[in-house]
Amino acid sequence: MTIRISARTGIVIAGLALSAVPLLKLPAFYESFMYLVFYWVVLATSWNILSGYSGYFSFGHGAFFGIGMYTTATLAGQLGVPFLWTLPIAAAVSALFGMGLGAIVFRVGRLRGELFALITLAVTFVVATIVLNTPIDGGQGVNLGGVKLPALMATPAATLYMLALALAVATVWIAHAIYQSRLGLGLFAIHDDEDVAEVLGVPTFRFKIVALGISCALAGVAGAIHAMFVSYVTVGETFSVFVPLTVVLMSVLGGTRHWLGPAVGATVITGLLYVFTAGDFAVAGRAAVGLILVVVILFMPDGLMGRFVHAARKRPAAEEGSPASPAVPPAAPPVPGRAAIPGGEPLLTVRGLVKSFRGLRAVDGVDLVVKRGEILGLVGPNGSGKSTMINVISGHYRASAGSVVFAGRGELAGLPAHRVAHAGIARTYQIPRPFSHLTVLENVALPGMFGRARLARPEAEREARTWLEFTGLAAKADALPEDLNLHQRKFLELARALASRPQLLLLDEVLSGLTPSEIDGAIRTIRAIRDQGATIVFVEHVMRAVMELTDRIVVLNNGRVIAGGAPADVMARPEVVTAYLGKPHAAVA
Amino acid sequence: MSLPSATLLAQSVLSGVFIGALYGLLGLGLSLSWGMLRQINLAHFALAFLGAYLTHQLTGSAHWDPLATLLVIVPAFFLAGVVLQLVFARFAITPFNSLLVTFGLTVIIESGIQAIWTADPLMLDTAYGHAKFKLGALYVPLPELLTLLLSTALAVLTWAALRFTDLGKAMRAATEDAKAAAAFGVDVQRLSLLLSGVSAAFAGVAGLCLALSFTLAPSQIYAWIGVVFAAVMIGGLGNPLGPLVAGIVIGVSESVTMAITAPAWAPLVSFTLLIFVLLARAEKI
Repeated sequence: MTIRISARTGIVIAGLALSAVPLLKLPAFYESFMYLVFYWVVLATSWNILSGYSGYFSFGHGAFFGIGMYTTATLAGQLGVPFLWTLPIAAAVSALFGMGLGAIVFRVGRLRGELFALITLAVTFVVATIVLNTPIDGGQGVNLGGVKLPALMATPAATLYMLALALAVATVWIAHAIYQSRLGLGLFAIHDDEDVAEVLGVPTFRFKIVALGISCALAGVAGAIHAMFVSYVTVGETFSVFVPLTVVLMSVLGGTRHWLGPAVGATVITGLLYVFTAGDFAVAGRAAVGLILVVVILFMPDGLMGRFVHAARKRPAAEEGSPASPAVPPAAPPVPGRAAIPGGEPLLTVRGLVKSFRGLRAVDGVDLVVKRGEILGLVGPNGSGKSTMINVISGHYRASAGSVVFAGRGELAGLPAHRVAHAGIARTYQIPRPFSHLTVLENVALPGMFGRARLARPEAEREARTWLEFTGLAAKADALPEDLNLHQRKFLELARALASRPQLLLLDEVLSGLTPSEIDGAIRTIRAIRDQGATIVFVEHVMRAVMELTDRIVVLNNGRVIAGGAPADVMARPEVVTAYLGKPHAAVA
Repeated sequence: MSLPSATLLAQSVLSGVFIGALYGLLGLGLSLSWGMLRQINLAHFALAFLGAYLTHQLTGSAHWDPLATLLVIVPAFFLAGVVLQLVFARFAITPFNSLLVTFGLTVIIESGIQAIWTADPLMLDTAYGHAKFKLGALYVPLPELLTLLLSTALAVLTWAALRFTDLGKAMRAATEDAKAAAAFGVDVQRLSLLLSGVSAAFAGVAGLCLALSFTLAPSQIYAWIGVVFAAVMIGGLGNPLGPLVAGIVIGVSESVTMAITAPAWAPLVSFTLLIFVLLARAEKI
């Protein structure tokens, strides 16, 4: 809390201090130089809100910025609209353009990052061509010499200085506010693993669009102000590759995972560009900037702020308990939830579910009922469709046909995964997929904030600690997932699924790869979870655990249900034995 | 907008094919290193221009035959590609960081070119440059024809090598799953060095073609990036024939657009084409 107040106050104080500079009556050169620093701070920081936080690198920042520039050039330069009025319009036009683009590109599932980067690059050329060939520019450039700058300060240079400063302060403030907010946490989760973020309830599509909109709006205002600064706007200068690449360079140098990183990078690079490229050494200066980029990426991929934060973060000393000990749940699980409801009524009803991948029908007309309060074992040989079932129910894959009805929520088939999560379904992954750049605590707090409960962050973190306690990971709360061993990661997976307070928990081979004593601990933990009222679908190959834990099992083979009923009974049936072990010799008789 | 004569239209289709062949040649190395090594190598363009300037130097001042310069440039560039891959492997560079590092390299090479040959435009003056012959009513300039032949030959050779030789099969296996390929005895590290070297050598060949047909200026390096990436993306990553085919489609549509409307509208064609192809292809996951 204290950090939060001091950081934002710090931004405002820095802004106020810098606003005194024009009073010093320094030569105009200083104001112009400082203007350029602020200008790049705005561009780099606004770029980072989408691209740094979520990992969707945009090379279209030149287009978003240029749209703002030409909005002002057209409105103020050609239509006589007062300059200050054009600022919000530039923000709006740029944001609408960006969000429209995002609405198209973000719908595409695969190749997301690379596709987005290239499309934004291509769009820059398209926008440039349109502007160049229409009366917006007409190939001549737009001269803004005649546009009146409001006399906010004594000189025009001081006025532009103040406008850029105000925008820079606002941009860094917004970047920090987002960094601390749900939106920020959601974007960081998207950066690490978008599919998992979606499954845990993050509305990934909307978040990306919102972040892109904010990013574009700020770049648009920067363009609007810059149009007045350069006073002669041309397509060649505005839409060059130089703007997006410089912005990327600044952000990467400063550190894209930190709200202040791009501002630091922008200040350093603007200074370097000035020192190196002014005067007789322009060529050497460019080469030096190129060299700095290469060296920074190779030796400091997290950037200056990344390195700073890394050094400042105190890692808890690694604790090596006996492998089985963390798995033992506390006597009474600290559960926010209801008492166990006796089984009987259906919680999830699957009818005629089909999922095909091109020709292959991985799930081929499955009917399945999960009753409230039970542990249903879903078993079958490899490739029988178990994991696909989980992927379809959780909304990761869209069903090709059939229906999935969840008690109280109706039809789930066709809903995006985050809506399924909001309905109260959580899942784990067979191979743990933690958010690698978030701490263990943040990993577990996230589903509380985005799941059914929609908790505020402090509350979600408090609850996350009880789940870490429950799964024996409390000592690792501030560690990064890479510091955990496989067994601990499996439990992190479990804690994360529980933290969304699911009504239905889908466990995908949580026991695979664990030692027998670890499995014993895990079985106790899963029992404890059921005892607080969760319903569990348990996909597992460890038959001992299946027999011990489940109330009922369903056997899949080649995407179809081949048997169902009490565990001991079902596993003895010849068709089940055939599916698992091949043709039984008994069949000959 | 009036429709130009059939001859003019045919001539612009032909020049579209020629420019498209150069897009394809530049895109070939790019596509291989992106598709198979996961490197987005912006420095490919800088290397091509470096090759072009070297060709210019060797033919202009030392009076070599332009084609003979390949004897020096191709091995030298192959080596440069190997070194680049060694560095990338040493630092375990991600695809995005490879983009940034090679952008840095591009700026360094561009500055080097400017320091040595100045920013003034250079045009190579050789016997090839003036040679052109008439095919019916159409003019066929020799340098452009050479580009088309080289581009097609290299694309087909690469395709055949990847498809029919053991080395090529090993390479495709390594692209599919490096760990599995290594388990079957494929030396993935050596293959990636070879591939990176070949890709850089292709940049050298593209440099020769650039020097023969175009005016050289350091800032021109950036002019090719957008459209060649479009050809690579449309052609499909790692597919040796893709950039050539896509490059020719782009080149022809550009030059026909130029003939029908104003030349300045040409970029709109290629990039709109790119956006539609990307979206259409990405939808069918």
